Formats: sequence, C-alpha cells, structure tokens
Amino acid sequence: MAGIAETVQANGHESYLDHKGKHKGIFAWILSTDHKRIGILYLVAILSWFLVGMTLGGLIRIELLKPEGTIIGPQTYNAFFTLHGVIMLFIFVIPGIPAVFGNFFLPIMIGAEDVAFPRLNLLSWYLYMLGGILIILAIFLPGGAPDTGWTFYIPYSVRTSTNMIITLSAVFILGFSSILTGLNFITTIHRLRAPGMGWFKMPLFSWGLYATGWIQVIVTPIIGITLLLVIIERVFGVGIFDPALGGDPILFQHLFWIYSHPAVYIMAVPAMGVISEIIPTFSHRTIFGYKFIAYSSLAIALFGSLVWAHHMFAVGMSDSAEFIFSLLTFIVAIPSAIKVFNWTATLYKGSIQLDAPMLYALAFIFLFSIGGLTGIIQGALSVDIQITDTYFIVGHIHYVVFGTAGFGIFAALHYWLPKMFGKMYNMKFAKVAFWIIFTGFNILYFPFFIMGWLGMPRRSYHYLPQFQVYHVISTVGSWIMIAGILMMFYNLIKSVINGPRVTERNLWGGETLEWSVATPPPLTNFDKIPDVIDGPYEYKDNDIELEEVK
Amino acid sequence: MSTQEQAVTAHVHRDDVGARMGMWLFLFTELILFGGLFFVYSVYRFLHQTDFHVAAKSMNVFIGTTNTAILLTSSMTIALSIVALRNRKKILSLSLQGITVIFGLIFLINKYFEWTAEIHHGNYPGSPELLSQPPGHILFYGLYYVMTGLHGLHVIIGMIVIMFMMRFTIKDVITPDRIVKLEAAGLYWHLVDIIWIFLFPLFYLIT
Amino acid sequence: MANHNELIEHSHHSYSKYILVWMGLLTLTAITVAVAGVNLGDVTIAMAIIIASIKSYLVITEFMHLNTESRTFKIFLGVALFFIIISIVLLFSDYSKM
Repeated sequence: MAGIAETVQANGHESYLDHKGKHKGIFAWILSTDHKRIGILYLVAILSWFLVGMTLGGLIRIELLKPEGTIIGPQTYNAFFTLHGVIMLFIFVIPGIPAVFGNFFLPIMIGAEDVAFPRLNLLSWYLYMLGGILIILAIFLPGGAPDTGWTFYIPYSVRTSTNMIITLSAVFILGFSSILTGLNFITTIHRLRAPGMGWFKMPLFSWGLYATGWIQVIVTPIIGITLLLVIIERVFGVGIFDPALGGDPILFQHLFWIYSHPAVYIMAVPAMGVISEIIPTFSHRTIFGYKFIAYSSLAIALFGSLVWAHHMFAVGMSDSAEFIFSLLTFIVAIPSAIKVFNWTATLYKGSIQLDAPMLYALAFIFLFSIGGLTGIIQGALSVDIQITDTYFIVGHIHYVVFGTAGFGIFAALHYWLPKMFGKMYNMKFAKVAFWIIFTGFNILYFPFFIMGWLGMPRRSYHYLPQFQVYHVISTVGSWIMIAGILMMFYNLIKSVINGPRVTERNLWGGETLEWSVATPPPLTNFDKIPDVIDGPYEYKDNDIELEEVK
Repeated sequence: MSTQEQAVTAHVHRDDVGARMGMWLFLFTELILFGGLFFVYSVYRFLHQTDFHVAAKSMNVFIGTTNTAILLTSSMTIALSIVALRNRKKILSLSLQGITVIFGLIFLINKYFEWTAEIHHGNYPGSPELLSQPPGHILFYGLYYVMTGLHGLHVIIGMIVIMFMMRFTIKDVITPDRIVKLEAAGLYWHLVDIIWIFLFPLFYLIT
Repeated sequence: MANHNELIEHSHHSYSKYILVWMGLLTLTAITVAVAGVNLGDVTIAMAIIIASIKSYLVITEFMHLNTESRTFKIFLGVALFFIIISIVLLFSDYSKM
C-alpha cells in the first residue's frame, strides 16, 4: 500500500492515510479503530470474495453450456452453487455497502468524527474475516464443500456428510458481525449527528443505513438460532427439525426465511441509499420527495419483515398463510416503487451529467424495476406455483440482488473511491466498462426468465435439450459481463495505485458533508464539527458551477 | 445542546446514553435469539399439547422454583450494587456484585443436578428411552436441553462479565461518576433473568 | 434530555425500591406456581404468560431503569416486541387448520 499512502497534503492537512498513530506497518491497519481504515479493510476483503463468487458463477455457466454438462461432476456442481450463494450473499452483499461505504462515510455525512463504538467496529471486521476463513476451511477440509444450497434446508443439511458445521458456524459468525455493525450505526445516527442536523436534514444514505441497521439487529438473531439448532442436531442428535424425531422441516424453512427475506433488504436498502445520493448530485437538483424516500426506507424494513413465507408457497402451507403472505408481498412493493418514482422525478428539469456513477445509478433503476416487477409476478400464488424453483426465480434474484446491491456497489465505488484515496480513475474507460457490464448482464440474466417460464428447474446439474439455446446465450452473456467487470476493477485498482491525484474537495458538485472535507479526509474528518443549517441536496440554482470549497 | 454535543462533552468520546443505547440494542438481539426458540416451542406445543403435558410431569418443580427465586434475587443484588456505588459505598457494591455471581453459580449447580437426574432417568437426546416416546415428548426434551442449556451458557457469560466489573470496580475504572459499564453489565444480567422468567412456567408448570 | 446521572449525584439513593420490587417478583412467582396446580386448560398457560409478562415489566422498568430513559428507548423496545409478536402471529397462520 506504499503508493497509496503518499497522498498530497492540501493546506498542510494530513490525510487519514498519512496519519502515523502508535502502530506501525500492517498493524496500523488491522489494529486501527478509525472508521475509514476499517472501511478499506472491508473493501479489500469484500472485493476479493466477490471475484471468488463471480468465478464460481462463471464456472457454473460453463458447465451449463451443454444439457449433459461439460466440466464438473454433480457433487462439485452442488458445492459450486452452494458456495456461490453463500459467498455472494453472506460475504459480499450483506456486509457490502454498510461495511465499506457506511463505515467510511456515515460519520462524515452526519458530521461526526467516528462511529459510536469504534472498537466494536473493528471487532465486526475481525468476525467478518473469521467467517471468511471458516468458509475457506469448509471448502478444503476433508468432508468437502457444503452442497445443500445456501438455504441449508432440512433434512439434507443434517444428513449430508459435507462440512456443514463449519459452514453454519461461519454464517453464524458473519451474522454476529452484521448485528454489531447495525447496532453501531443505529447508535451513531441517534447520538452523533452534528449540531443542527435534525433527522430530516440527514442525507438519504444515512436513512438507508438506519433502516438497514434495524433489520440487521432485529432479524439476524433468528438465523443465528436456526443455524445453531441445525448444528446441535448434527452434533448432539437433538431432533428439533428432524422429521424422524417428530420435528417439522417446514418450521426450519419458516425460521430460515424470517431472516433471509429481510436480509435481501439489508442488501437493497443501503444500495438504494447510494442511488439517492448519486441521482441528485448528477442531476444537480434536489431529490424529489425526500421525506417519502426516508419513510419508505423504514416501511421497507417493516413490511419486508412480514413477507417471508412467499418463499414457501409450494411447500403445503395453510390457505390463510398463503393468502396473507401474498397480500403482504404486494404491499412491500409499494415503498420500493415510491423510491423509483421519486428518483425518476428527480431527473426532471435536472442538469444531468452522465458520468460513470450516474450510469450505474440509472442502470440500477432499470434493473431494479425489472427485478421488482418480476417479484410481483411471483407474489401471485397461482403463478408462483408454476414458476417456483425454476430459473424464473433465479432471474428475479439476480436482477434484484445484483441489479441493486451489485450495481449499487459499483456505483458507490465510482462515486466515492476518488474521495477515499485522492486518486481519479479514467472516466472514459469506466464508461466503456459500464456498457459492457450492462449489456453482458442483460444477455446473461434475461434468458433466465424465459427458460424458467418454460420450465427449466433451478439448481439442476443437467437439463433437457430444449433449454440449451437459452443457456448458451446466457453463458456468452456471462463472458461479456465478466470481461466488463474485470475491466472496471482494473481501472479502479490502477487509479488507487498510481492514478492522477485529486485534491479537489467537491469532485462531483455534491451537497452532502463528505464533499466539504479534504480529499482524502483527515483522521478526525473535520477540523471543527460543522454547524448544519441546510438540508442535503439544496441546489439553489441549477446553473451553479462546481466551486472548489476551501 | 445537540445530541452530539451532549455525547462528546469534556470527556472525549464519552456518551453514557449512547453506551446504554448500544447495550439495549444488543439485548434485543439476545432476546430475539431466544425468541426464535420460543417460536419453535410454541409451534410444537400447539401441535403436541398432550405429549408436552405428559413429558413435563418429570420436571422438578422444586428446583425450578428455587432457581427462579435465585435469579430474581440476583437481579436485585446487581441492581443494588449500582445504587451502592452511587452512594459511594464501594465495598458494599463489590459485595453485592460478588453475591450476584455466587447466585449465578448456585443456579448452575442446581441445573447440573437437574440435568444429571434427567440423564440418569434416560431422558437425554438420542437415548433409547426418549426415542421410544411419541414425537411431542422427544421434542419437549430436545427443547428443554437446548433452551435451558443456552440459557445456562448466558448465565456463565453474565457471571464472567460481572466478575470483570468487579475487577474494574476494584481498580477504580468503574467509579460512582463513571458507572455505565456496571449499568450495562446489570442490563445483561437482567435480560438473562427475564429469559428464565419465561422459561420457568413453559417447562415446569404445564402439568 | 438531561443526563440522569447529574440529577442524583451526591445524594443518597434508596435501596428500598429494589427490595420492594424483589418481594413483588417473589410473590408473583408463588402465584404462578399456585395457579399451575389448578388445571384450567388454556387459561392456565395464559395466566402463566401474563404473570411472566408482569414480572418482566417490573424488571424492565425498575431494575433496568427503562422508566428513566428517554422515550427513544421505549420505542426501541416496542419495535423488538412488535417484531416478536407479529412473527408468532404470522407463523401461526400456517399452523392454524384453515
């Protein structure tokens, strides 16, 4: 990291990267309680894991080029889709934006020096790394990589001889990391806002992190106890879910999804927060309907916790449960739709600047709309009975999760990385990479809806020949997308290592507090905690030029 | 004064309200962790009402009630230890903290006798006696061991936390004016008590 | 929102409130055990839960000082309890025979 540490010291300000504390070398990073360094520690780990998850996805796509398979055997295939899910969800997207950008920017954006519990923050990172190490062990230890799917359904998760205990322990520990982050952010937002920054003067990214923090704190313990019970079944033979001992495997599914559905909002809501930051900045206009977006974040957290059994429409639930959960599923779409309308309305009469962050943000709206609408399709009971456990669902998941959280992270990287490191990436290259990713993404995932509708089952090692044409198109799409992603990472990483320096505070003309501090920020973020008067996104004049704020 | 100014006053980064807020949030996670077990209990009890009644007959109500009284008393003693320290009675506070730990230990010892008695009667997971029983009966005992076991683990954690607080009190890290660590430890202990308050009737008093 | 530590500094804090709450808790425990002996079917379990809730309420408000904390803390607890209750209700919608 030597090249990165040589940041320009503007006005004699020492940045957080230059700061020499009591620890030296690597310890200055892994023993640091500075929220900015912790954010970067997460960034490196998370992006590394993303590449692993992406590789697994790419290999699955290659395997599916032919109906009878190409490169891997059935056991490996099951392990691959399990690990792809576990890594992408528990290690990449759930920590994702909160752990990297929330940690780095939440305190700055609310005018604080750090989070409420800096040491707890570092502990969160240690737990995260421990969870990752356990997954690596689960892959390589003799029992073999887990093969149950990331959903760990009973009874197979109790019967399989693969390394389930380590895997489940890893997820438990990752959950604990997530809980501590959420707890930290809730307290930070309640207690450490700068003078004058009332709740409704906070940036919408903070609102998103606040709602997410509550979801993390409230529902994660449920998966904690559920996976603990599966471990206990495997180790002690206590038959809580085992049907042979009178247990109910459907009860496992209920408990699993009570967490795992709100978990998708842990993935999506922070990403929506990022979009709520980028759209006003690159439209040079205030956001449309600030309060509605803020309240929608809370509404998504609330209603998102009440819809879990829509993952179980085909398992034999009671009629009343099916009806209630279908209804609630339709309702939860409303606050998300409100956000989409508001972002779109923000563009109206805006002075649009199509830089890379904005491209990813606009793509987000498009992809999330497709994902969300297909979600509503799935919420209809009679339709879902046909398409559940088909590729339709897989298409939906990738449009919503990758389309929101994935593109949200890509957007956030292009928006905030220059601020974090004081180095600029090549904008033209970034835009080209974007278009390649976006094109590849749709070629890869749109056929999933068609195949699924026609009956192609998910998690299926081999398939009937009539689906091959869709799989081939999709796999080619994956190659295009992966090429674009690698280009994007090359561009960003190169910029951090030896890209041109930026010292401008306000790189994009944003109105939130991170654009008022030095680039990169000093250790304590502010020389003096600001007195906040205006709300965020108050562009008083659409024609204002970007001014360097001294 | 903004909340941030209240939080960061003369003492850098000291925020007692924030510390208690963080602790309450953590307690919610513990509450919901056990909540999941209560979900499982309620579903299975609903589905196997008679089996649960029959299985609960061998529960020792005397030990259960005694343990309830012990934990309730220990909740009082840890609460009193905070009052004592605020009254600047350091020795009294330390004694009350110590008594709380001892009560926890007695609780665990009782639990140990209870469990060994059950195991002696063949009521343990995987035992032939248990497996020959109807499903509701097996589930009752599975839940009994898991829920009281997990609760016992939290009693141990609570005892360790309070012992750390005792050390901090001795070393004047915790003082009458800097008391939030002890308050937080107390909150944890009270939650452990509350979980038992619900466990007790659900396992011991359903015959 | 005043720091409640400041208000009661340098005065004698009373132990008696806690002792009274403790006696109340023990009494409620005795009542629960007594009621359990009387078989009233579903009412018995309802009584057990109600009494347990009252005991918890005492612990939360008096021992854990929720009464002296700001309204924010009470709302927080409300959120957690709401989640638990609504989850059980929705969960049972599947186990009802309808």
